[in-house]
Amino acid sequence: MLDAHPRATDIPSGTEAPPIVTFEGVTKRYPGIIANDSIDMEFRAGEVHVLLGENGAGKSTLVSMLSGLQQPDDGRILIDGVEKPIGSPGEALEIGISTVFQHSMLVPSLTLVENATLGRKWWQKPDREGTAQVMNAAAERIGVRLDPMALTGDLSLGERQQAEITRALMRGARFLILDEATAMLTPDDAARLGELMRRLAAEGMAVVFITHKLNEAVAYGDRVSVLRLGKKVGGLSPEELKSLDPQEATNAVVQLMFGTREASTGERDRPDATTVDRSAKPTLELLALYAKSGRVPLENIEFKVWPGEILGIAGIDGNGQKQLASTIAGQAPVSDGRIILDGAYIDKMTIGQRREKGLRYVTDDRLGEGTVGTFPMSINLLLKEIGQTPYWRGGIEQPEAIRENARQKVKEFDIRTPSIDTPVGKLSGGNIQKVLLARELAGAARVVIFEKPTYGLDLANIAATKMRIREAAQSGAAVILISTELDELLELSHRIAVMDQGRVAGIVENEDGARHKIGALMSGAEK
Amino acid sequence: MNTQTMTDDTVQTTEMRQKLRSIAGVLLMSLGPVLMAFILSGVILLILKVNPFSYYGYVFGRGLLSPTGVQATLTRMGPLLLIAASLIVAFRAGIWNLGGDAQFLVGAVFCAAATPLMAPHVPVWLGLLAGAAISAIFGGLWALLPAFLRAYQGLNEIITTLMMNFLGISLASVLVKLVFLDPSTTVPQTRTLAVEDRLPTLFGTTISSGLIIGLVAILAVHFVMTRTAFGLRLRVVGGNASAAVHAGLAVPLLTVMVFAISGGLAGLSGGVAILGQYGNVRADWNPAYSLSIVPLVFLARFNGFAAIGFVGLFSILSIGAESAARRTGVPNYFTLVTIGILLVMLAVSEYYSAKRQKAGA
Ligand SMILES: Nc1ncnc2c1ncn2[C@@H]1O[C@H](COP(=O)(O)OP(=O)(O)O)[C@@H](O)[C@H]1O
Ligand SMILES: [Mg+2]
Repeated sequence: MLDAHPRATDIPSGTEAPPIVTFEGVTKRYPGIIANDSIDMEFRAGEVHVLLGENGAGKSTLVSMLSGLQQPDDGRILIDGVEKPIGSPGEALEIGISTVFQHSMLVPSLTLVENATLGRKWWQKPDREGTAQVMNAAAERIGVRLDPMALTGDLSLGERQQAEITRALMRGARFLILDEATAMLTPDDAARLGELMRRLAAEGMAVVFITHKLNEAVAYGDRVSVLRLGKKVGGLSPEELKSLDPQEATNAVVQLMFGTREASTGERDRPDATTVDRSAKPTLELLALYAKSGRVPLENIEFKVWPGEILGIAGIDGNGQKQLASTIAGQAPVSDGRIILDGAYIDKMTIGQRREKGLRYVTDDRLGEGTVGTFPMSINLLLKEIGQTPYWRGGIEQPEAIRENARQKVKEFDIRTPSIDTPVGKLSGGNIQKVLLARELAGAARVVIFEKPTYGLDLANIAATKMRIREAAQSGAAVILISTELDELLELSHRIAVMDQGRVAGIVENEDGARHKIGALMSGAEK
Repeated sequence: MNTQTMTDDTVQTTEMRQKLRSIAGVLLMSLGPVLMAFILSGVILLILKVNPFSYYGYVFGRGLLSPTGVQATLTRMGPLLLIAASLIVAFRAGIWNLGGDAQFLVGAVFCAAATPLMAPHVPVWLGLLAGAAISAIFGGLWALLPAFLRAYQGLNEIITTLMMNFLGISLASVLVKLVFLDPSTTVPQTRTLAVEDRLPTLFGTTISSGLIIGLVAILAVHFVMTRTAFGLRLRVVGGNASAAVHAGLAVPLLTVMVFAISGGLAGLSGGVAILGQYGNVRADWNPAYSLSIVPLVFLARFNGFAAIGFVGLFSILSIGAESAARRTGVPNYFTLVTIGILLVMLAVSEYYSAKRQKAGA
């Protein structure tokens, strides 16, 4: 994942420009945690300022003070050189600061156009037609295809985020914050967004870009700042960035982020295919599966997964991967065909019965459906076992057992949280993912579906998650790994199925040349 | 200071401190609006040229300080607590059952129709039990249509339960006038349950044992919602319905159960009002308890114990206001003005606490 894109060195970056926003000793505390510890930072017009750091390092907290969502407890914020608090998101918008968040902020029950007109004054008539045109134009600029009349709730997470970026651009901001905005995009779209960032910077806009992909940071950034445990531990100035080649820059950043660790953690070793016995009975079998109810209907899906095998599902986001996962898990109805787990038909079973049979589903919609954000972490760990012993006896909660389970999981999965009673929604993305992993991998798993398991995570958490995926397979479970990261699939999977418009376009053994074959299948060349 | 998990010791002390601070915060957040509501109501009374001190003197003198008043206050609390229990079940599960008034009345009417007919033929306790059961069943039944529409069609229950209110209130009145009419009187009302067949009073006072039923119900609801697996399932549905589906909960079934329990408790409230206090239902009787209790339940943040306190306060106010009305000419629904202001104050305090939280206090 570290092979960097070519850098946009041909576009001059205006380091001479004065800072639009300056942070001086800005500190933000949460109960039990200093999320930002005396940060000094400048955000200049004409610069793409990349924020790097592990999950929980405090990047989102930092930008939430730029966007007016949070107020610093200490320190000063200067706007155009003058001290001025950013008291609310409204004030941020007035200053020209627009944000695209990690989690979608669009109203699901409205169309994209309606969402875009929300900011207007109440007496103004929402001009849907005009807005739709503006939206289309803005979307075109960033190479996003969207239907302004589509209902937001019908869109995949990826599409929602693309729409959100479009909306921010429509507001004509001079300061754009992209909090892990590329995490969901296909590599092509991410590259297009990167190029757009370069163009915006050239036009004099300040861009704050949070990403976990170092290659993006090096390719699109003018300036890099690295946060660790709430502190700014260093960075690369525009001059330093220009003088280093991408590999050197990446190494320098890794050095800052993790101390001594090398960038070569991405070095891939293909899994050992001989560990999978294909003459044995498959654990999971899909027979001519159709599911018509979803937004992308599934058609004639057939595959088998053997014990200990990792089957990768590749494809551009929104080609039925989510439907596939939720249909197997029982959240969406099967219209035709069968699902067999350990020799038994499970397609008529409820979600709970399938889980009892050993089916596990690590969803990518971690806050949307994976957890109840306002509930304590300890309860979220048991969300799928409500009523079961020893956590409940005779239907009555056993607080000590519940706490003990949480304490154990915190240790085992290295969940970083102020306390086990902290509402799970207040944890950082990586820690929410650990809560989900701890919950789904508990007990005897026979089939585990991982849906975009590393989306939005930092390098350390990606490595931990990959280890969990391998362990699940090694313990004999059949694993389905849905991902839009081809490198990740090639690193982990024994075989890779490519999904295209709700069908399986083909299944490829992970051997030499697999990357090429998958690419061909994804582009529809081998139909 | 870092993002690591803290040691057990510091966790416990900070937890203690946090708990204390959150209790103090909750007290402030709950009592502050109450005080403000009284002050602002007082200002309105002044504008109406009524001395607020003498008005509230009458209200509390009657509702809290006179022996007969206090007994009336406590008696009225019985049905009100059942209503609060009914609302807490629904609201915690994220279901806005606003049809409590009709559920109450339908329960009351069927209870009032059946119990006086049964009473002469069965022991008193059996008659009371049957009467209570009838009220709960019919209250629950009246909630089922909105339940199914919400559970299987996704129809917004706020609209359907409010519509069922209109229907239920009219139905109750039609039933009293045409079907369950007491043939021996000229006023349109149901047969009257003899005083000796009603719920017993407590310790030689006039306080109805409906109060005990109400207290037991709301404490039971509080326990079920906060300490049991069933309650947690309901709260998951209320907290994030998609997560409930993902976790394999039978959301439609749970939804129907919530409506049935909530409607049943509202119906039982009607039954307890009949069996303990009124003995019959007159045509066009509608005390509209449910919609008055809704803001109180919000004020209590769906907490059963806090709800007991607020229901007590409301009971004092409404009993006291009836007497103050006779002496000062301020209509007794002025209580609702106070409650209305209380709601606004609640919203204001909610706004400030959200702001404080954002500021990281
Ligand atoms: N609203 C909040 N309340 C309490 N703690 C929070 C809140 N938001 C973030 N945190 C904590 O602050 C730390 C930094 O979080 P965040 O800024 O989201 O990290 P990042 O975006 O770098 O992953 C984390 O430990 C997180 O749990
Ligand atoms: Mg973040």
